[in-house]
Amino acid sequence: MNELFSGFLEAGRLIISLDGDLAEITLRSLHVTLTAVAIASAIGLPAGGWLAVTRFRWRRHVIAVVNALMGLPPVVVGLIVYILFSRAGPFGVLGLLFTPTAMIVAQIIIVTPLVISISHQAIRELWAEYHDLLISMNASKRQRIATLIYDGRRALLTASLAGFGRAIGEVGAIMIVGGNIDHATRVLTTAIALETSKGNFSLALGLGFILIGLAVAVNVAIHNLLRTERASLW
Amino acid sequence: MVDTIFPLVLRGACVRRRGTTLVGPIDLELGACASTAIIGPNGAGKTSLLRLMHGLERCDGGTVDWSSPAAVARKRQAFVFQTPIIMRRTVLECIAYPLAIRGMGKKRSRELAEEWGERVGLKSMLRNPAGALSGGEKQKLALARALTTAPDVLFLDEPCANLDGRATKEIEKILSDACSEGTRIVMATHDMGQARRISEEVLFLYKGRLHESGRTNNFFAAPSTAEAAAFLRGDILL
Repeated sequence: MNELFSGFLEAGRLIISLDGDLAEITLRSLHVTLTAVAIASAIGLPAGGWLAVTRFRWRRHVIAVVNALMGLPPVVVGLIVYILFSRAGPFGVLGLLFTPTAMIVAQIIIVTPLVISISHQAIRELWAEYHDLLISMNASKRQRIATLIYDGRRALLTASLAGFGRAIGEVGAIMIVGGNIDHATRVLTTAIALETSKGNFSLALGLGFILIGLAVAVNVAIHNLLRTERASLW
Repeated sequence: MVDTIFPLVLRGACVRRRGTTLVGPIDLELGACASTAIIGPNGAGKTSLLRLMHGLERCDGGTVDWSSPAAVARKRQAFVFQTPIIMRRTVLECIAYPLAIRGMGKKRSRELAEEWGERVGLKSMLRNPAGALSGGEKQKLALARALTTAPDVLFLDEPCANLDGRATKEIEKILSDACSEGTRIVMATHDMGQARRISEEVLFLYKGRLHESGRTNNFFAAPSTAEAAAFLRGDILL
């Protein structure tokens, strides 16, 4: 219990003292996670919509595979991205290993299946409701998907926020491809892992509480921006 | 430019589901008459026939042909469902939606939507979420949405089911105005009074087959089939 209390105190001290290193790794965490989630949403939301409105031979298998990929082990993703971006790998020439870009790529791979799967589920239900109307109005497939994404935007927010939740707390993959380099690729989760391994439990816990607070703050901010729960009939 | 998509000709048209024939085979020609009511007992196939004509139901046998190419004919039709499908948007956005997907500019489509919203009596609610409307208002919204594109034909599946007399009267007024502006009405209904008031022609369906068709006055005065006569008497048709 003392450790927990010390952690709270440490978190308070770091925030009140406006610790420069803390601000840097917090901003980097946000940068990496929000970029990855934005790209994953740009890919995943239309893909989920397309899966919901399109019938093709292997559709059920594709959905099953996407659902299975939600449980993709981050460490394995990190390892694969590491190999791809290492000097001997096919993308080694880009020199992206141990950079925030490589961390973003790893997080996109982890988050995209989650966004596709949840958005597919949400859009499928809306599609069942809108099907006759959109067919009757002769909407093209692109228009159907756009309509379903727009009208299902509040449900789809859940998909993106679930992706954010997974990405902000992710440590395995970004540790491997980022390397946890101070002032370069260190983020909150890798800093927590480092401080824990050094035995600085109070600092690690303090960073942990800040991470939780950050996740909650981003969720609340997005809900407020999109006015969720204020127009429940939509 | 094609002037009209009529006549609509059905030749041996059928709708089947899991081996059961829901409608057909039906031979029918819908010409330039202003309004048609499709009547019959529950399960007669009224909704399936409407959906077949509109293209929402696959034709499992025979043919359904408009005088113009299918792609052209499709764009000049609209459908109002028994339970209105209400989008998660404002009333104005819902009415403007079909115009938007036809590529009309946002400003013009909103102007037209406002005009139609006013015509159907939803002017004060245009900025409200469509989901908050009452049943009658939702049906008016669905009508306005369907009529904004000035369709050649409007299919309606029991548009006044579950509505009170006042809402029914308002909707019938909208329909007769649309009729007088050149939109052909094809409506499935259980309401014999409504069929008399609105339609010029009646199609009587029973067990998926077209048992009788003709001018509304003639049909109600002297039905020519035993089933139609029994239906009009109020007998229970099994």
